[in-house]
Amino acid sequence: MDTCIKKIRELSADLLEKGEVEKVIGFAKGTIPMATSPIAIQSKQDVEKLVFNSTCGLNLANYASGQKGKIAIIAKGCDSRNIVTHIVENQIQRDQIYIIGVPCSGMVDKHKIAKLFEDEIIDFSEDGDTLIVSSFLKTLTLKKQDYLKGNCLYCTHKNPVLHDVMAADPVEEQVLENPFPDVDLIEALDLDAKWQYFENLTKNCIRCYACRNACPLCYCPTCFVDESSPQWVGKGQNKTDVNTFHFLRAFHCAGRCTDCGACVEACPMGINVRDFTRKLNKDSLELFGWEAGLDVTKRPPLDAYSPDDPDDFIK
Amino acid sequence: MENPYMPYPVRIDDIEIATEDKSLKTFKFVFLNEGDEEKFAYQAGQFAELSIPGVGEIPIGIASSPVEKGFVKFTVFRTGVVTSHLHNMKVGDIMGIRGPLGNWYPWEKLENKNVIIIGGGFAFTTLRSSIVYMLDPGNRSKFKNIDVVYGARSPGMLLYREELYEWEKRDDINMHITVDGTDDPDWKYHTGFVPQVVEQNAPKADEDTYAIICGPPIMIKFTQPSLTQLGYKPHQIIMSLENRMKCGIGMCGRCNIGKELVCKDGPVFTLDEINLTPKEY
Amino acid sequence: MKFITIDKNDWTQGIDKSRDTYQLFGPVTDENGCQIKKLDTNVQPEMEYHESIMSAKSILFPQTEKILHASLNESIEDHHIMKRAENSYTPRAVLGIRPYDAKAMEILNLNFDTKEFSDPYWCDAYEATTFIGLGINKPGPFDFSTSLGTGPFCEDGLDILLADIDDKYLAKVLTPKGEAYSSACGFDDTADEKESQVLFDILRKEAEKNITSHVETDKLKEKTILELHEAPFWDDIAFSCINCGTCTYVCPTCWCFDIQDETKQKEAARYRNWDTCMSPLFTRHATGHNPRASKVQRVRQRFMHKLKYFLDKYDQGIMCVGCGRCVKSCPVNIDIREVCLTMNNFEQTTSEPKE
Repeated sequence: MDTCIKKIRELSADLLEKGEVEKVIGFAKGTIPMATSPIAIQSKQDVEKLVFNSTCGLNLANYASGQKGKIAIIAKGCDSRNIVTHIVENQIQRDQIYIIGVPCSGMVDKHKIAKLFEDEIIDFSEDGDTLIVSSFLKTLTLKKQDYLKGNCLYCTHKNPVLHDVMAADPVEEQVLENPFPDVDLIEALDLDAKWQYFENLTKNCIRCYACRNACPLCYCPTCFVDESSPQWVGKGQNKTDVNTFHFLRAFHCAGRCTDCGACVEACPMGINVRDFTRKLNKDSLELFGWEAGLDVTKRPPLDAYSPDDPDDFIK
Repeated sequence: MENPYMPYPVRIDDIEIATEDKSLKTFKFVFLNEGDEEKFAYQAGQFAELSIPGVGEIPIGIASSPVEKGFVKFTVFRTGVVTSHLHNMKVGDIMGIRGPLGNWYPWEKLENKNVIIIGGGFAFTTLRSSIVYMLDPGNRSKFKNIDVVYGARSPGMLLYREELYEWEKRDDINMHITVDGTDDPDWKYHTGFVPQVVEQNAPKADEDTYAIICGPPIMIKFTQPSLTQLGYKPHQIIMSLENRMKCGIGMCGRCNIGKELVCKDGPVFTLDEINLTPKEY
Repeated sequence: MKFITIDKNDWTQGIDKSRDTYQLFGPVTDENGCQIKKLDTNVQPEMEYHESIMSAKSILFPQTEKILHASLNESIEDHHIMKRAENSYTPRAVLGIRPYDAKAMEILNLNFDTKEFSDPYWCDAYEATTFIGLGINKPGPFDFSTSLGTGPFCEDGLDILLADIDDKYLAKVLTPKGEAYSSACGFDDTADEKESQVLFDILRKEAEKNITSHVETDKLKEKTILELHEAPFWDDIAFSCINCGTCTYVCPTCWCFDIQDETKQKEAARYRNWDTCMSPLFTRHATGHNPRASKVQRVRQRFMHKLKYFLDKYDQGIMCVGCGRCVKSCPVNIDIREVCLTMNNFEQTTSEPKE
């Protein structure tokens, strides 16, 4: 994956030098192992700060909405789908954004790797498909494929769907017979068990809203949880309020979510917030044949009405 | 241990519509428990949190004066959840008041000095408290000249109109009442914005003159240069600031301007104190 | 100073005995990671843990706490009159707390117990809580506590400090509360004072040598608030910030809260909830005016508060104990150590180069 960083830096330097964009948004090396930090590069000299590796799991399209002037973004498959969504939803104009597309072979699940150690990880490096991770007590050599983020396991859009230039050759897409086995497992539970499942999922939620803020779809000037006239949701740790936040937010993302996993990556507790949105993604596919962010000319299903929309729920 | 979050129970004794567009009402509160009024002893310039169970709390400047006994008065602008609820309440309703909170105008420093009081719009509440305090027979001799410049959009938007006109008739206070504009042919006072009226009518600065300003940020922004031009030094310009508040006792951390907490180190600051802080208010 | 030797085989039995009079709290790992939780009867604290995601501040300062309530039923005599909520302050003991977390409680105390006002909810909880700290023999890579006046064996804020010595704990009893707790457990195997202190000193020095992360704060005091506030580096620092509340909620010294009223039919309750200066609503006036409307202003506020305003206001060092939780949990890896370095080393140029 690292092989395209040279190309990314070259392309960025070129764009900045020619003044074609005001900034290039990408990732910079983090100050701690397994971390990278989104950065906006504004001058050619700084392009050396850009990195790209298997810990770039956040969605940079999050920084695209509301930008004035022309910007470039380093976009993986899921990032590019969110850029398409931004264009469809008028958060940015197509000609405002120059997409440096990067084919992605998956990002690593930092929480899953951290659980392999009793103490803190002090070093992380990659060599092709191998990860070398160490703490004070031990060093482990892992296969990246065994430690992919949950969303990367089921990804069928590793290559950017929209781009102005590609930083490397496209990778092979996987074809999945069943793209939602995790949702099937939850659907198979009875009502009480399902309720328990979701209560358990959010038991450690601290309402930090990292999931909401890391999500490119959540750009509302005032989120529903922050409204006061009327106040829809309580601000405390009451279980009903906590779960209302998560369920409602998932519904606001229904038909728009690209399953980029930024929400899970951002969560300080590693809560699998995707359990809320995945079912809605499955419904979108099964009921409307719809996957978000693939086509700048089409509006998502909850935005548009067509006479042949499924209506068997009307009895 | 006193619980600083516990409001004193009060009853609404009177409600007056304060401005012609009904967006402001003056509420008169009476304490339910004997002894609470003494505990609530306050100075002109302080504020209190008006507390409505189930709805919320709002920080409002105290409009009544320490020399007025038996009640406390607040003038409240209807703008959000709590203020709207308050505006719909009736005489006899029960709610709470927490306070007095914040610091007050520096009355000791102002003794034997000339004072010019400048207010705009509905920020005149604590200034009313101050003027009533200063004009009280027991206090008037402590101060030298008193000038007041107070302006509003139109005559009907001036607060405490009847009292303003009474004060205008007195010879121990110079009132300069102004409105932005009016088509009332009987309007006897000034027309024009507060900064201009200040420039034209305020006394020149000297060591013995202090200015107190209270108003919306925009008014302060334009009035303060007029004062500076007249020679007022930063330590002679006293301002009362506002910020979003919740606890009012300096603990919830949201009302800070730099290291000053508006609810506890303020709301009254001098301009030289403000000049050392970031302009985040 | 009293020192007690506790054989690890006797530890569980002892703390179980204290459950008669104390509610126990301690570190437990669940599927999300290590948390400091209330320990139910059969649950033991995991004394071998290396860090909890959240600090222990929620024991004294819960994320949601009912502070007052009133009845809205007008047929009741004292309707609409608020009363203090009945929360319980039975004695609690926090086992295995990190020394820097206990020091953080002292910092929080500066806010909640002042000359003019005392927060009774905090004060009652503080009085009811006994802190049994565990010295950190092998500090983790994010621990920079020694730069900030605390450290892996610091005693500030603790009632007992435990040193883990293989098959034993050596307990240093620091306060009468600590004494009461050790009695409640039945730990009474007193150790020699001189020898024990020597051992503690050795362990402390070893542990402090193992700290690999440091920050410099020496030049923060001499700079003025305005020069740091107006510095040009804030835009770069703030770019990646997503304005969530993670850093403020995991931080042991952050104390900001919101007060909200909720009603359920005829009952009104006033709650105190944690709040974050990162939220756009934090300083928004009812009129819509917002002194910190932009992200940069809010990010700047957080670091200025932690590293400058608190320093100037209380003259007790910066408002950070070096636990490293924010560094580890920040979704975009904004590192307070880097910001501190930038602020500490900032030299104001007399003329700004115009671009």
